[in-house]
This record gives sequence, structure tokens and C-alpha cells, in this order.
Amino acid sequence: MAIMLDENSKVIVQGFTGQIGTFHATEMIEYGTNIVGGVTPGKGGTKHLDRPVFNTMKEAVAATGANASIIFIPPPFAADGIMEAADSGIRFCVAITDGIPAQDMIRVKRYMRRYRASEKMVLTGPNCAGSISPGKCMMGIMPGHIYMPGSVGVVGRSGTLGYEAASQMKELGIGVSSSIGIGGDPINGSSFRDHLEYFEQDPETKAVIMIGEIGGPQEADAARWAKDNMRKPLIGYVAGLTAPKGRRMGHAGAIISATGESAAEKVEILQECGVTVVPNPSSFGEVVAKVLAKIS
Amino acid sequence: MDIHEYQAKEILSKYGVPVGVGGLAYSPEQAVYRTTEIGGDVWVVKAQIHSGARGKAGGIKVCKTENEVYEAANELLGKKLVTHQTGEQGKICNRLYIEAGCNIGREIYLAFVLDRAKEQVTVVSSAEGGMEIEELAVKKPESIIKIPVEPAVGMQAFQARELAFALGLDKSLVNQAVTTFLGCYRAMRDLDANMVEINPLVVTKEGHLLAVDAKMGFDDNALFRHPEISELRDKSQEDPREMRAADRGLNYVGLTGNIGCIINGAGLAMATMDMIKHAGGEPANFLDIGGGASADRTAKAFNLVLSDDNVECILVNIFAGINRCDWIAEGVVQAVKSIDLKVPLIVRLSGTNVEAGRKIIKDSGLPIITAETLKEAADKAVAAWKEATGK
Repeated sequence: MAIMLDENSKVIVQGFTGQIGTFHATEMIEYGTNIVGGVTPGKGGTKHLDRPVFNTMKEAVAATGANASIIFIPPPFAADGIMEAADSGIRFCVAITDGIPAQDMIRVKRYMRRYRASEKMVLTGPNCAGSISPGKCMMGIMPGHIYMPGSVGVVGRSGTLGYEAASQMKELGIGVSSSIGIGGDPINGSSFRDHLEYFEQDPETKAVIMIGEIGGPQEADAARWAKDNMRKPLIGYVAGLTAPKGRRMGHAGAIISATGESAAEKVEILQECGVTVVPNPSSFGEVVAKVLAKIS
Repeated sequence: MDIHEYQAKEILSKYGVPVGVGGLAYSPEQAVYRTTEIGGDVWVVKAQIHSGARGKAGGIKVCKTENEVYEAANELLGKKLVTHQTGEQGKICNRLYIEAGCNIGREIYLAFVLDRAKEQVTVVSSAEGGMEIEELAVKKPESIIKIPVEPAVGMQAFQARELAFALGLDKSLVNQAVTTFLGCYRAMRDLDANMVEINPLVVTKEGHLLAVDAKMGFDDNALFRHPEISELRDKSQEDPREMRAADRGLNYVGLTGNIGCIINGAGLAMATMDMIKHAGGEPANFLDIGGGASADRTAKAFNLVLSDDNVECILVNIFAGINRCDWIAEGVVQAVKSIDLKVPLIVRLSGTNVEAGRKIIKDSGLPIITAETLKEAADKAVAAWKEATGK
């Protein structure tokens, strides 16, 4: 088991034939991801990377039975691509694109409310490095080899910081059930809380690590939810203790603009909610190891 | 992206928001000339800088004679104003807005913000205007009215009416208030603003509504479809280092410490800065060089970090995902050879092809300190900085 993506994921690449789409599709295929085709409007009927290209998502899903998609569409058109995926019956969508306007994402989120829970797509990102269930499926731009299959669920905003955590864990022989990137944008497809809920239900996941940062309410919301609803141990880290207020630290969403959004305040809330806090980013591995030792 | 008060007022007035008569001035003479255009016998000389709380910093001056206007303008032009939002270095005032004075009856706080928790635009308002929202939230939290806007249909007239009545506005002002509220919302939606703030929105003693101050911020990610907004950028209000970085496609935020940082990925960059602090140092900057860190890009990053005179040590921390450590190592070696580096350099590489990358650094013969883990890198950087500076 894993969450969101596994060996049964049949993946469509949206923005398949572009330079970035081609590069990462190749990497994902090499990793073993079942890429069943791609969509580039106007290039339907051709082949790319030995896979069929379609004009629309509906055609792609009808022809391939795809249940997942990954988006490499440029920012002005990416929101449209996400809604197209949602409407085609895709169940899990990873939006890699960085730079989608916030109001476009508000529209996307509003649009997705039209679907019943049973047919609603789970969107992760935008502005993320993607997700991976090691050994089963990789939908993203990460180096797959740093993730070892195992029983720790990872959910985080940042790509490279997630790699840091995964490699520290691998160093100690700790593997990952799934690693989910929710991205660095202020309005994102799914939240920390959403994925904690999925990990809580996943029998293979024994503990979860949440890697957050300054800005927005999602880390605190997730911790409060976990306090009342989660039985698996939750480990947390919040990047940006040295970040000044009111300055955007790279990610569009990484800005302290209200009370409770700084790293120190979030860490305090996490601790109050019983989350095991990783004190500094060089101790992801040892903290996870300690928590795992306690429950086994 | 932020814009000036006068620019925000120009935009909002097109959307039906009532603003006073005023004009821009770049010199004391122009300021005086504006008073004759505007008429009346009270004028307000307002420093145009990208910051709130200008009044407290002496940037807003009420004048009753042309002479006073001249003096005020003369004092403010070219002056650096320091507010709690600008930081110690302050922001330079190159433009003035001269506006007709008004008789303030009461002040209202009005703002439209992107609410991250609710994923929609929210109207935030209070009958207790004149204070900043942070202050209001502490002193008069019960006075704050919040109205969520359903994104599918936008703000409705009934919501604007509800707000007008909740603010206790006289019924003769309700229609004007509704036009004002809906206008702000439409401006925000049409132009991809992430913030519109009118503080204060005034009811004059004569019984009119008037936006006495106005502030707008725009979503950088949406500027591609608003060239008319991009044109309003005032580069004199931005940190020159950050601007140079943006021109080179790098993401940089200048800070006040001594250890310069070159890192790939925003999250790892923040975490590395935290690690430096943990090791007893202070980061000089945030810098994300992005995923595809070529030799050229790495060299640009070095130049940028070194343009800060406070930098007495550099820490490079790269976790190679889609790129490769050997390529990055080549970039670092080339950059160091081309810039005559005088401060200690610590390089930590991890990820794809890490062995080849470390070998390139070692074989280069350059005085580069290497580290394998994040902790080791931060510890070595702080130690090298202390040794080099004797601090």
C-alpha cells in the first residue's frame, strides 16, 4: 500500500511534448512509472517517447484508462489544464508548474467543488516537486534513487528539503511509503491535513513526517486535526526561523503576513498539539528513527 | 508587486471609488503649482513610498499656505523615510502627491485580501478606522467585520449593503458605499491584485465618502497578463540587490548577517539559514538558484552574494535532484577561478553523482572547504567565518 500513487497508477503527462515534459517523462519512465500517454492540444494522433499523444484529456482517459496525470503546462494555461484533468475523470493530479496566478487557483478550487467526493480528483501542487511511492511509482521531478521503500509517510512543501529528509532517513535505513509534495504556493490543491488523513488510513504507513515552512495556516491546521484524529505518530518541521516578516522567501506562499505564520509560532502550535518537532534540519533522520523505535 | 498611493487611487477611481482632487509633484515648484490647480485653502503633501505608516515617519504634511507646501515638498523630496515596514534602511521619497485637504468626520478601515485559509477573497472592515489592521486586531478585535466572497459569482450588492449598514453608515451614503465596495472588489479581480486597502475611508463632515489613503499589491505570477500594471513598477522602492537578482532569474532576499548562502530550492535555503543560526552564525541572504544550476548561473550567484559588503564567508549547499553534482562542482570551480574570492568558501554537495562532484572540488586545488552533511556544512561555515574575522 501507499497513498495516491502506486503500481496501478496509469499516468498521462499534460504538456507531454514540450522540453520539460519530455525530459521528466523520460526520467519517470526509467524509474518504472506507467506513463500511458500524453496530451498536447494539436498534436493528437502522433507518438512521443513511444507513447500516444492526445488532443484532450477526455480522449486520453478513454483510450488508455488513465487514472492519474502530471502537469508541465506553462503558468498562463496550467489552471485550465488542471480543470481539464478534473473533468476527465482523473483521480490524482500532480501540478509541477511554478507561477500560476493565485486567483486562477481560487477558480480551480471553486470549480473542483462541483464533483461529489466519490468522483473528485485529488490535486497536489502547484509549484511542487511531485510525489513518489518508492519502488512503485514516481510522479515528479525528484531523484528517485534517494527514496527507499518503507513505512514512513512524508508530506512537504519544498522539493529539495524533502530530498534532504529522505536521504537522511535512507542513511539510517529508514524507508518511505509515499512522499507527497503539496507545493509552495499560497493556494494549493490539497493541504497537509488532507494528506495526514490519507496516511492515517494507509495500513503500510507507521509514522508521518510533515515538512512545512513559514506562511499560511496549513501546518497549524494539520497539527490541530492530528491532535484529535491521528493515532500514528506525527513528526513536524517548520523551515524559516530566520526569515524576516513580510518578505517572500522564494516560494510564493512563504511569507509571514499574519499572526501565527512565523516558524517559531508554528513550532509552538505543533508542540502544543503533541507533534514531535525536528529541532533543526540536520536531524530529520535521527528524530524519525527515535519515533519508530518507540512504536516497534 | 506594490504600487504608490496615487497610482492606486487612479486605478480605484476608475472603478467608482471616490478619491480627492490631487496631483503628482517631483519638485517643490510643481507642488506649489498643484495647489493652484487644486484650489481650496488646505493641502496635504504626501510622500510616495511603498510603505504604510507614512504619517508617523513624517511623510504626510498638512499645509495651509503655498509657502508651507513649498517647504514640506523641499524637505520630503530625496529624503529617506523609515517606518516599521521599511526596515532600518528606509525608503527614498522621489515623488509627492499633493491632495486637497478634507474635513474628516469619521474614519473606516476597509481591505480586500486573499484569504489563504478559505481560498477566496475576504473583505475585512472596521468602523474604527485610522489604525492599522494589526493594531485593530489587538485593540478592537470585536469591531472587525469579515465578509467572504464566493469566487464563482464575485461580491454581490447585498453583501456590500450588509457591510455598509454594519459599519453604521447613514442611509444617504449607502449607495455610494456599495459602489465603493463593489468597485474595490472588481479592481482586485480584474487586475489580479492580492490586496486592496483603503485606510482610512472617510466620511467627511459634509457627508461624503472619500478614500483618503489607498494601497494595492499585485500578484507577481499574474503580471504577464497585466502589462499596464507592470509599468507602474517603481524600482527606486526596491532593494537594488533583489532587483539585480530578479533580472538574472535568481531569487534573493538580502538580510543582515555575514554568511552568504547559495542554495537550490526555497525550502532547503530556509532550512540551511536556520542551520547557520543554530550553529551560531547569521545568514546574510536567502538565495535560491533553482533546479538547473549551470556554471553561468552559479557564477552570477557568487557575484550577487559578494556584492553585499557584509558577507565574510560563503556557504554553498546543493542537493542535486534533476541536475548533477559534477556539473555544479564544475560551476563552482569556474566561478571561484573567475572572481578572486577573498572569503572562506564551504561547499556541501549531495544527491546525484555526488562522488564525482566532490572529486572535482578536491582536484581543483582551490581552498574550498567541503562538507558531507548539512550540520557539518553549517558548523564549518561558522567556524571558518569566526577564524577569518576573529569574531
